[in-house]
Amino acid sequence: MKSKRRNWIRVSILVIFLLLALGVDWPGGVHFSLPKPKFATQKSFPFVNVKKDGTLFKFDNNLDIKEGLDLQGGSHLVYTVDMSKIASGERSSALASLQKVIENRINAFGVSEPVVYTGKNGNEYRVTVELAGVKDTDSAMNIIGKTAKLAFKESNADGSSFTETDLGGAELKSSSVAFDQTTGAPYISIVFNAEGSKKFEEITGRNVGKPLAIYLDETLVSAPNVNAQISGGNAQITGKFTLQEAKNLSIQLNAGRLPVPIKLAEQRTVEATLGQESIRLSIVAGILGVIVVSLFMIFYYRLLGVFSTLGLALYLVFTLALFKIFGITLTMGGIAGLILSIGMSMETDVLVFERIREEMRNGRNFDHAYNLGFNRAWSSIRDSNIVSLIICALLLYAGGSIRGFAIVLALGIIVGLITTFLGTRALIELIARHKFVSNNWLFNVEGEDQTGKPSKTRFSLSKMFTRRNK
Amino acid sequence: MNLIKLRKWWYILSLVIIIPGTLSLLLWGLKPSIDFTGGTQLEFSGTKDKAKLEQVAKAQKVENFVVTVSQDGLILRTKTVDEAKQKSLKTAVEKDVSGAKQTRVDTVGASISQEITRNSILLVFAASAVIICFIAFSFRKVPKPANSVEFGLVAVTALLHDALVVLGIFSLLGHFFGVEVDPLFITAILTVIGFSVHDTIVIFDRIRENLIKGSYDSFEDTVSVSVYEMLPRTINTSFLVWIILLVLLIFGGSSIRYFVLALVIGVLSGSYSSILNASPLLVTWQELKAKRKRA
Repeated sequence: MKSKRRNWIRVSILVIFLLLALGVDWPGGVHFSLPKPKFATQKSFPFVNVKKDGTLFKFDNNLDIKEGLDLQGGSHLVYTVDMSKIASGERSSALASLQKVIENRINAFGVSEPVVYTGKNGNEYRVTVELAGVKDTDSAMNIIGKTAKLAFKESNADGSSFTETDLGGAELKSSSVAFDQTTGAPYISIVFNAEGSKKFEEITGRNVGKPLAIYLDETLVSAPNVNAQISGGNAQITGKFTLQEAKNLSIQLNAGRLPVPIKLAEQRTVEATLGQESIRLSIVAGILGVIVVSLFMIFYYRLLGVFSTLGLALYLVFTLALFKIFGITLTMGGIAGLILSIGMSMETDVLVFERIREEMRNGRNFDHAYNLGFNRAWSSIRDSNIVSLIICALLLYAGGSIRGFAIVLALGIIVGLITTFLGTRALIELIARHKFVSNNWLFNVEGEDQTGKPSKTRFSLSKMFTRRNK
Repeated sequence: MNLIKLRKWWYILSLVIIIPGTLSLLLWGLKPSIDFTGGTQLEFSGTKDKAKLEQVAKAQKVENFVVTVSQDGLILRTKTVDEAKQKSLKTAVEKDVSGAKQTRVDTVGASISQEITRNSILLVFAASAVIICFIAFSFRKVPKPANSVEFGLVAVTALLHDALVVLGIFSLLGHFFGVEVDPLFITAILTVIGFSVHDTIVIFDRIRENLIKGSYDSFEDTVSVSVYEMLPRTINTSFLVWIILLVLLIFGGSSIRYFVLALVIGVLSGSYSSILNASPLLVTWQELKAKRKRA
């Protein structure tokens, strides 16, 4: 009974993952404690170390499902834009590119789905940034407000001051944080584009033996000596950075400098755009929907429906855990993705179950039919889910809330496939060889029983359509 | 009842729904929300009575506004309103909402850049191209005279059908009832497209299986039998999704009502098109090919 043992291994793995996922799902983590008084005097047991407070096992998590602006509200930051140096004809385009740079910076920082819009009142220009939650506001503000103007300056003939070169942030291709091999200090590694590489080569060429100063927002960051001409377009910015500073700087450089300087004018919190009542109702509706779906599956597929409901429960536990682990920001769009993926995961079940019933109607016993069902339904499940995943992959490029939707949907599809083909299948296999499954009523299959007795089916939603035409 | 034989009627029914919607799309387009267009933003301090402000704004005939509660008051965002209207709204709010004082009026820009909208449209076409290629590859074993590229093209036709149905209906709703499309609507359309392709491929997979088995006389019979075999599954899954959506539509509150409505229409259309448009279209295509050969 090799396959039986394999199935037990599958079930055990499933249970382990289920426990882990439940540990993640549980708000605040899981603690198993022993009552304190009895064991307080005894320090340890042969196998388990008991801490002084009696805690046996402690699994903390400070993971939360992050909710988007529409679900939980957040901070509302208003910046005034200093347009004094911009010609009046170019102000609206400067404003538009400002909006884009800010959006890029926030997205790179990892606060998902910000709302950024510009405002105008007479001659006063403003940019409003709304961020979900308020936890990261301070660090996000550090990223938004800095101009991040990068400049390379060469020393004058007398060596006392620096003059600007024509090389700056505009010639940057990308930047990233790297660590010094010996000291472990973070620095920023930058790569120039073709034009920038050429300029950098020229500048280092004519400055061998002299310092080349790197300025950020007109502040000197470092002025290393040029040892030799550097070609290839790679450079490093070293300075006294903390890791966080280096990361922020890299994000700012990648997103580009702000075309116009801005200043924080107002900061306040805002409540969710979708009313609390509406969110609460939607959650109740979602739960109600899941219950009705489960009842339908049990009513229609009977025993298999019970397994599908167990599978759905597994699915929800796993998805919730993944949402927490990946720190996905849940918005109404994400919830739509979740609903669609529940639909698709139920579809996987329905496809397999219909196939099993079909095989049983063709006279196969359950043990044989369920294997065929899973195997033969696979090609359609594979193709349809691959297409859905391809669509998700493409949608990642759309940006904004669409990205969140695509990630949620993709995660849901993958988890759905795993729970059905590992979870539900392993559970069904546990009962597949028991005697009681020879009763066709258990599977809502019409016609003769596996034992030869006629099976009565009272309900079939689609019986009227399924009669084959000749 | 032979669903495939009746195919002419299914095509006509689709056209009856799509043509008015498409005309409306061409004539009037969709009514974009303030997230796409920008507009006017008014700030009031001294009150947090959201419901009351909404009531006053409605009485002042301000349409499609969003009120956000902030730390120190209310923010009302709406389509651009002219100065006269701003004044009358200010007077009305300060009179009827106790404690309210207007602190700012701003002209605000769009929060959803045109780039995202344009990207979404481009991506639908990119996705269509990829889907055609994938199906052409995955169905390469279908026996002649059928051709796997046809399956891909038909699946994408069904996808565009469903997107057009939802877009058209919302264009009509926008023109006659002032229903706006917001960023959630883009998500809804993408969801519908995902569902539609999913649905179509599952049926095509059965057609492929039966074609390869080759136990039926004609292409039409094979398609017909396959559709019948897959009916319980199509009805059951669509039914399951509708249950969730209907519950959301009834209990989900007003702010997501149109979003859910778009999904309900789209899922309905998705099931319809995969059974009654996509599969029959395969048959029609084969017929046309045969006719041209004979001619």
